[in-house]
Amino acid sequence: MDRPLTGDLRSDGGVLDLAAYEKVGGYEALHKVVREMTPADVLKEVTDSRLRGRGGAGFPTGQKWSFVPMGDDAPKPKFLIANADEMEPGTFKDRMILEGNPHLLIEGMILSAYTIQATNGYIFLRWAYKVAAERITRALAEAYDKGYLGKNILGSDYSFELHLHTSAGRYMCGEETGLLNALEGKRANPRAKPPFPQVSGLWGKPTIVQNVETLCNVPPILRHGAQWYLGLSRSEDGGTKIYGVSGKVRRPGAWEMPLGTTMREILERRARGMREGHSFRGVLPGGASTDFLVEAHLDTKMDYGSVQAAGSRLGTGLMIVLDDKTSVVGMVLNLERFFAQESCGWCTPCRDGLPWTARILQGLLEGRGRPGDLERLEMQTRMMGPGNTFCALAPGAMEPLQSALKYFREDFEKLIPKSDAA
Amino acid sequence: MLTEQERERIREEAGHYDYAQAACVEALKIVQEGHRWVSDEHLKEVAELLGMSPEALDSVATFYNLIFRQPVGENVILLCDSVSCWIMGYEDIRAHLKERLGVELGETTADGKFTLLPMACLGTCDRAPAMMVGGDLHRNLDNGKVDEILGRYRQPPET
Ligand SMILES: Cc1cc2nc3c(=O)[nH]c(=O)nc-3n(C[C@H](O)[C@H](O)[C@H](O)COP(=O)(O)O)c2cc1C
Ligand code: SF4
Ligand code: FES
Repeated sequence: MDRPLTGDLRSDGGVLDLAAYEKVGGYEALHKVVREMTPADVLKEVTDSRLRGRGGAGFPTGQKWSFVPMGDDAPKPKFLIANADEMEPGTFKDRMILEGNPHLLIEGMILSAYTIQATNGYIFLRWAYKVAAERITRALAEAYDKGYLGKNILGSDYSFELHLHTSAGRYMCGEETGLLNALEGKRANPRAKPPFPQVSGLWGKPTIVQNVETLCNVPPILRHGAQWYLGLSRSEDGGTKIYGVSGKVRRPGAWEMPLGTTMREILERRARGMREGHSFRGVLPGGASTDFLVEAHLDTKMDYGSVQAAGSRLGTGLMIVLDDKTSVVGMVLNLERFFAQESCGWCTPCRDGLPWTARILQGLLEGRGRPGDLERLEMQTRMMGPGNTFCALAPGAMEPLQSALKYFREDFEKLIPKSDAA
Repeated sequence: MLTEQERERIREEAGHYDYAQAACVEALKIVQEGHRWVSDEHLKEVAELLGMSPEALDSVATFYNLIFRQPVGENVILLCDSVSCWIMGYEDIRAHLKERLGVELGETTADGKFTLLPMACLGTCDRAPAMMVGGDLHRNLDNGKVDEILGRYRQPPET
């Protein structure tokens, strides 16, 4: 089975240096592209590959790039940014590549930057990834030394400067426009759209922000072609996906598999099912801000369309499993506390609604449940639903709550005393 | 006062950007490397170096979980309190740490060795529960492992 993202990773957890990366075909795509492909050719190949964003929203990558102004009159400089903030609870996939094969990301960034003719790039890395930071720093130096980065890459007239920016820990920095503010040295509040970053992003210049995993798909697509890439997938969209499982399963971990592998296969074959003495109750399929799915959904393919049709989102593709010994209400409280703490406070429904939501849930758990609490929680899911807040943090926060109320309602109801006063 | 070397490093970081403000998070981290936290005094100095108002810089500083505007101990313990770690036993580890260190979350031990802070997902959820101590990651924690890790920091380094 082809695993273009992780197949070359060292089994000892070490890093592929430049020589090791080149030995497995690294930078071949770059040589080919600067020699024989125009930016428009690359854009077509990536569009044909049906690569979609792996950072959570799933936007088609080629289409996103097509919005960037091109030609001599286009504003300069243009920017390409790798979103390596990875702070979605339950998500640990980008870390694998950042620590194990940073050159794959760097090559992916050079190729993507070439396509939109960006001359400057940043890797926006979360603070906690210390090992990754060291290894990326070394890989950047190797790439500069070898002429893959900097002026006149491989003798062409294309130049690209790439820097590492390490953040200081805040979930909002991973939101595309919050990230731009963070890079400019401002609070990472999100920006109004339009204008979209593709047209007016970092310092008002055209900017593409792309998830690490998304960018790492670009070198293999250009090396082997869009048709090969489509063939890797069991879905209408192309490629493989890094899936993962955490929670009380026998073997938690992350694995690259064909896009469209079923949840059951990942949970049973890779994670080896539930731990002794625990049974499966539900799963957040793609990180903390996705809707719960349950037993009846286990044959759902983990691709963008299928998970959506089941009532959730593929999100980051990393599953968090709920077992029968874990309190549903406790788990949802943990999630809402996270979102309440990480809310940037810019808009009222989110700033006030998330702490309120957490207080109601805490009250339920501490025996202070009151009639009407579930209705109050449901009201919050509507107030913070899509379209009512400035960014996707709040609607994301409501996804596990609204679905828990739907699938595990009795767990909540149990905590509300039968009131004689009501 | 910042040392001349720190000021030089901050100027150098600022030189990487067309707008010096872009270097402000990096600058605050440079301050923390030498002083562990960012005092009002240091905040003013950094703001001046970057051509920002202290208020603007403080609004950025306070946005980040890992820029400390209050003193912290020699080693900051960041205990992951997010969902996968919570499922895998965060509350027990928290209780054990609190007891061993004699502090609540957010506090520093009397000997100034450790500050205990909760932190959002550390990105290692398949090996939960997890924490970072002084920048080093520790995973698959249980009480015994926590004791062993704390012991390492308490002993004087071997020579
Ligand atoms: C609150 C919030 C946090 C986010 N954090 C991340 C993140 O850490 N990494 C990431 O790639 N995308 C994150 N996203 C999604 C980004 O906004 C953006 O959609 C993504 O980086 C685009 O890349 P892609 O098209 O390659 O997926 C976040 C979104 C929100 C609303
Ligand atoms: S939804 Fe929440 S995180 Fe997003 S802008 Fe509003 S307050 Fe900030
Ligand atoms: S939830 Fe603790 S490391 Fe992710």
